[in-house]
Amino acid sequence: MRSVTVVGASLAGLSAVRALRAEGFEGDITVVGKELHLPYDRPPLSKEFLKGNLDAEALALSEPYEYEDLEANWLLGESAVRLDPGARTVTLAGGQELQSDGVVIATGAAPRTLPAADGLAGVHTLRTLDDALALRAELLDGMPRVVVIGAGFIGAEVASTAHRLGLHVTVVEALDVPLERQLGRDMGLLAASLHTDHGVDLVCGTGVTGFAGEGRVAGVHLADGRTLPADVVVIGVGVRPATDWLVDSGVELDDGVVCDAGCATSVPGVVAVGDIARCPNPFTGRHARIEHWSNANEQSRTAIRTLLTGVSAQPPATAPYFWSDQYGVRIQLAGHVPAGARPRIVEGDVDSRSFAAVYEIAGEPVAAVAMNQPKLFNRLRRKLTPALAAVAS
Amino acid sequence: MITVCRIDDLPPGESIRVTEGVPAPVAVFHTEDGEVYALDDTCSHQDASLSDGWMEGCFVECPLHAAFFDMRTGNPTCAPAKFPVRTHQVSVENGHVLLHISVGEPA
Repeated sequence: MRSVTVVGASLAGLSAVRALRAEGFEGDITVVGKELHLPYDRPPLSKEFLKGNLDAEALALSEPYEYEDLEANWLLGESAVRLDPGARTVTLAGGQELQSDGVVIATGAAPRTLPAADGLAGVHTLRTLDDALALRAELLDGMPRVVVIGAGFIGAEVASTAHRLGLHVTVVEALDVPLERQLGRDMGLLAASLHTDHGVDLVCGTGVTGFAGEGRVAGVHLADGRTLPADVVVIGVGVRPATDWLVDSGVELDDGVVCDAGCATSVPGVVAVGDIARCPNPFTGRHARIEHWSNANEQSRTAIRTLLTGVSAQPPATAPYFWSDQYGVRIQLAGHVPAGARPRIVEGDVDSRSFAAVYEIAGEPVAAVAMNQPKLFNRLRRKLTPALAAVAS
Repeated sequence: MITVCRIDDLPPGESIRVTEGVPAPVAVFHTEDGEVYALDDTCSHQDASLSDGWMEGCFVECPLHAAFFDMRTGNPTCAPAKFPVRTHQVSVENGHVLLHISVGEPA
């Protein structure tokens, strides 16, 4: 293999470039990035960066000396529009064609929106640095009333930041319990209470039917007939994998790029990493996309070994991990919370928002969750049992 | 010089965060091998406390992003950390852990 094209220039794409060089690949690497920015860190976009405490430079995932060492060709501000599987040719929006021996798909995901919000100023989604700059400018302009649609992690972090800026914030969640699928019912209710602890209004079990305002948003219409006045609206209702450019490429798609455990796609010489890759996970036993920062950071090692050897590499059976910071509380979760499972508190108590807990299958801990207990959390995380092994025991 | 604690109160595998008498919080570690190290507590990558981190030999893992730092030098060994954290001199005398605060750059 003498040339590799990496499509996507965020954390997963950068990690792929690093992994290629770490594995001794000396050929040409071309990276295609839709945004004009070199890879940057997204987690702060809903937190310190949004609040105005960090500048864009602090988000950079790498430094000039590393870029020199990596010797990759970065095509930024360019979108891939097509992949020809036979010759592994990636076509860019401007017509340029990149033919290479290997292709890494790392185009991630894009925020879902609500069609009723199309063309309405003051309605935001948050994924990119430019999204964050636009939202920040509006949050810092006067005292806008903020409505956040979706009480998932992004929505909750944005609500927390806006609250810290002194703004009046309402969070609207279609489900009865926020984050129930990710955290289970008990912890979902606890996550809900973080909003109300701080005087942020949380409206659960109510959908959004439309928006008030001409040209610029003035309110959010709810399914229960109410209209919440709003100057700024943030939609945080999840993402869809950015696979449009792969339709008709021969790469099998189904809620992302369908991969084996080694990140191999259905097309030889093409692997996928990060939010877009749907791989069977050796820890959770699930075949699902993982939208975590840590996955984007680590998965490339497996994918690149697969790409360079032509044989699917075995991924490490470590528990998927992510964190969220909201209202001064650091939430950490490792593993997949089994449906209906109840947490067992190992230390601390939920009322103080400082505890660590595990979820068990057949007496074996398969997932750990903590609030403001990073030390204990990391100990528990290392003792988790892969869910498949727990089921078998 | 700051007396951190008695070494008996910091068994191997444990770490402690020092906030008093220092310009910025310092993490003091007692490794399983019996070595004692001190580093700036705040991870050079993002806001996380290294004293909450997991120790492996002479390395400590950031509790948030899993960046590893060499406790002997303060240098990160892998992404996402790009910059070192400062190291500080620490010693054990008469059963007490003593921190000699430095303002220098990492070794």
